[in-house]
Amino acid sequence: MSMNLTTTDQDLKTRLQNWLPKIVLAPSFGLVVFFVYGFIAFTLYLSFTNSRMLPSYEWVGWQNYERLFQIREWDIALNNLVIFAILYISICTVIGLILAVFLDQKIRGEGVLRPIFLYPMALSFIVTGTAWKWFLDPAIGIENTFHLWGWQSFSFDWIKDRDMAIYAIVIAAVWQSSGFVMAMFLAGLRGIDDELLKAAQIDGASNFNLYRRIILPQLRPAFLSAFVILGHLAIKSYDLVIALTGGGPGNATALPATFMYSYSFTRNQMGIGSASAVIMLLTISAIMVPYLYAELNEKKR
Amino acid sequence: MTVAAQENIVRTSQSVRVGIYLALIVFALFYLLPFGIMVINSVKPLIEITEGNMIALPREWTIDPWLSAWSTAQIGVEPTGLRPYFVNSIVMALPAVAISTALGAINGYILTKWQFRGATLIFGLLLFSCFIPFQIVLIPMARVLGVLNIAGTTYGLILVHVVYGLGFSTLFFRNFYAAFPNELVRAAQIDGAGFFRIFWRIMLPSSGPILAVCCIWQFTNIWNDFLFGASFASGSAAPMTVSLNNLVNSSTGVREYNVHFAGAILAAGPTLLVYIIAGRYFVRGLMAGSVKG
Amino acid sequence: MRSILSVKAAAVLATCISTSTASAQDVEVLHWWTSGGEAAALSVLREDLSESGYGWVDMPVAGGGGSDAMTVLRARVTAGNPPTAVQMLGFAIQDWAKEGALSNLNDLANEQNWSTVVPSALQAFSTYSANWVAAPVNVHSTNWVWANSKIMAELGIEQPTSWESFIAAMQAAKDAGYTALAHGGQAWQEATVFDSVAMGVGGPAFYKAAFIDLDSDALGGAQMVEAFERMETLRGFVDENFSGRDWNLATAMVINGEALFQIMGDWAKGEFVNAGQTAGEEFKCFRVPGSDGTVTFNSDQFAMFKVEGSAAEAQLAMASAVMSPEFQVAFNIVKGSVPARTDISDEEFDACGKLGMAQLAQAAASGNLFGSMAHGHANTPSIQNAMYDVITAHFNGEYDAATAAAELVTAVELAK
Repeated sequence: MSMNLTTTDQDLKTRLQNWLPKIVLAPSFGLVVFFVYGFIAFTLYLSFTNSRMLPSYEWVGWQNYERLFQIREWDIALNNLVIFAILYISICTVIGLILAVFLDQKIRGEGVLRPIFLYPMALSFIVTGTAWKWFLDPAIGIENTFHLWGWQSFSFDWIKDRDMAIYAIVIAAVWQSSGFVMAMFLAGLRGIDDELLKAAQIDGASNFNLYRRIILPQLRPAFLSAFVILGHLAIKSYDLVIALTGGGPGNATALPATFMYSYSFTRNQMGIGSASAVIMLLTISAIMVPYLYAELNEKKR
Repeated sequence: MTVAAQENIVRTSQSVRVGIYLALIVFALFYLLPFGIMVINSVKPLIEITEGNMIALPREWTIDPWLSAWSTAQIGVEPTGLRPYFVNSIVMALPAVAISTALGAINGYILTKWQFRGATLIFGLLLFSCFIPFQIVLIPMARVLGVLNIAGTTYGLILVHVVYGLGFSTLFFRNFYAAFPNELVRAAQIDGAGFFRIFWRIMLPSSGPILAVCCIWQFTNIWNDFLFGASFASGSAAPMTVSLNNLVNSSTGVREYNVHFAGAILAAGPTLLVYIIAGRYFVRGLMAGSVKG
Repeated sequence: MRSILSVKAAAVLATCISTSTASAQDVEVLHWWTSGGEAAALSVLREDLSESGYGWVDMPVAGGGGSDAMTVLRARVTAGNPPTAVQMLGFAIQDWAKEGALSNLNDLANEQNWSTVVPSALQAFSTYSANWVAAPVNVHSTNWVWANSKIMAELGIEQPTSWESFIAAMQAAKDAGYTALAHGGQAWQEATVFDSVAMGVGGPAFYKAAFIDLDSDALGGAQMVEAFERMETLRGFVDENFSGRDWNLATAMVINGEALFQIMGDWAKGEFVNAGQTAGEEFKCFRVPGSDGTVTFNSDQFAMFKVEGSAAEAQLAMASAVMSPEFQVAFNIVKGSVPARTDISDEEFDACGKLGMAQLAQAAASGNLFGSMAHGHANTPSIQNAMYDVITAHFNGEYDAATAAAELVTAVELAK
């Protein structure tokens, strides 16, 4: 299936050389099989037991899954994840792309701007959570500031509104990751062959067409990488919600990751928590496996 | 369209350029805002903060919150500040980054230059491991660390970070090495170079950009981790994030917000520094392969 | 090659890595008392122990009212390496005892007569099948109103003694442009208010039936609907920005004279004291009207985990130190709570502390001392959080009172 660099030489040394890569790869592979897939299997098993505070091995069949889908908060969490993931991924991609295209215009001060766009990715929400909470809080944050500046009718109270709070969380999430996406697109843009663009321009293509027809299609790998990274960040989002709203107002901003933690560790219903983890993993697989399959098969050409 | 003197291929008019600059500056302000709030409020006395205007500049400047956060703030029963935990985080993060990056590099090399049956599947499995929600591994991991007798130690934490960092580090290097010409490897082989020699002499020297990307990524993730740090190394081995959390999330006591902000900036210092200093290599490294697929 | 590298790295590291493994003569203590005052209170205990030659390995994990610490504890126990003593609340102690993870402190308890000095409602948590497994540190009572004296004087408000006069007082404050009720919109704070309100509506019998016995008729009945209706009334007296606010910021509103009342446990007192105010002067404390004579409590205890050899000796020394009157006084004055022993002089406590101690002793004697639902002392965490879900959803306007009562029944059923 792949080209092997040594097909002719068959002496002992070469045979050893052929085995060496596998031997060297084996520890990593073993670690991942055990610590990732083994633990996933363990979680799958727990989801069929009546585990509460600690794992137990008493089989209860599908009961945890039945309960899980009767719990309103799980519904909310799933809905929120859909809203959050779609908005987060698309807004980050759009902003990241815009910033990258703008920065690619031989901008003076790129060296200053780039780290400014990029730095939020370096910070965890344990660090920035309080600042964000204040910023979004109408009483002390942006709304209050505009009022002090004399714009009395300005209103921004999403974080306090149970229908809008999830969107406030999207803002903070976009703030954190869009600069990173910018970096990926910028790298993609810088990697495009100039000759190709010159040729198109000589053919009289407008700027808009240049981007639409030539540049964007070339960024496909960057789009895909961005999608993978943003997708996994969206599904794992936990710190963000805990820092900004703690899941509130009410349960309005629960996400599957917060739900799972809360049921497994706070509420001592590890069985249900594990069932929710399994559903999360299935969701991730449903999105990632086709993508990985397509990507990896394409690579082989 | 004016005839621009820029060498850029895509030509833009002067007014468009003004618009672009404006947009970039607005975005820059948006990105700076939360951090700005933190900095401003970390140099205010607490009384000015509780009065309520968070964006106002301090009337009275003070560095006491910073000193307190670093060396005298109450983290547990002892007023040690964040200082001792800073060392813990360094001692934990550096080896974890080094080991996971080293393994990722050699894995990427094998998966691209020494392909064998099933290599793609193995890569797929490694990659999918990036997506595991960390909460589910806590309990089984605790058991394994207990059996290995490294529970509650920095060694245990390093192991955990290496294991869950493998997926991304392998991804970075695999994509980078995929673009590396096979001919060079083949030529070296004909010259009699072996597996490790090729890696050491040919692959590694040209891996600068992707090493930067991988180290930045791993360092940020490992330094910022809270869940594993709290679960597997709390107490005197606790990393910075755990102690920062103890500082800012104390339950039923007075909250010194200015100290909290100063502590938060201190805790974020190393990752910020890494991004600012190595940021240019970051884009260069991404350029050099990892987003080219 | 890599293995050589990592061995080298390990060798270098070994010289500078610290581990949290406790040596035999140390107590390792997992807790979430990390704020200045709390930690200062705890270091009283540490000094006691060091005088007797025992070291203290500190393991603070703050956040989520102890829930992060409980996660860490699970990791530690699963790893086979439990801490010596763990700060714990209510049913968690029972759950761990059920797993057989806790030590038996009976010898010490008998010797020091714990069972006569600790109220039996507390003993229900500190003992498991008649064995002492934990040493109670304090009793927080949760059904307090904290009031700004200046606003009360200005508006001519007397200390309310009935629900109606309580509402009238808040209406007067609201009309005068004050925030009537300072409140932070977090699930546990809403539950804390609900706790007292439900007690006020239905009295001890109802409280016990609904929150402790989980009787469906009580959970979904008319009195529960009325309790939810009263929550709606209170909702009308909080300011617009309550959602997500930390409890201490709500307390600050009372301290600064922006708000008249706050319903909160006695830990709020620390905020007033820190702001230089004195109980009975700048601020007043009284029981939530309707819940007089009853006390809902939560109690911080040190659950003692099974440890071996000389560590067990250190553990007993710690348990003994925790129960000593000197520590109970020193700690609780700082913390705002009252001692878990009822045989201690109230001399050193302030007005609110004295009142709290007297009422605790009274309620304990008359059988009106109940574990707080909001603080995990009425039922298991899964039930407690299921109730949180409904109470907070209702307070934020998702349900009307009747639906909320019905939802409460369903949620509890699912969590059992």
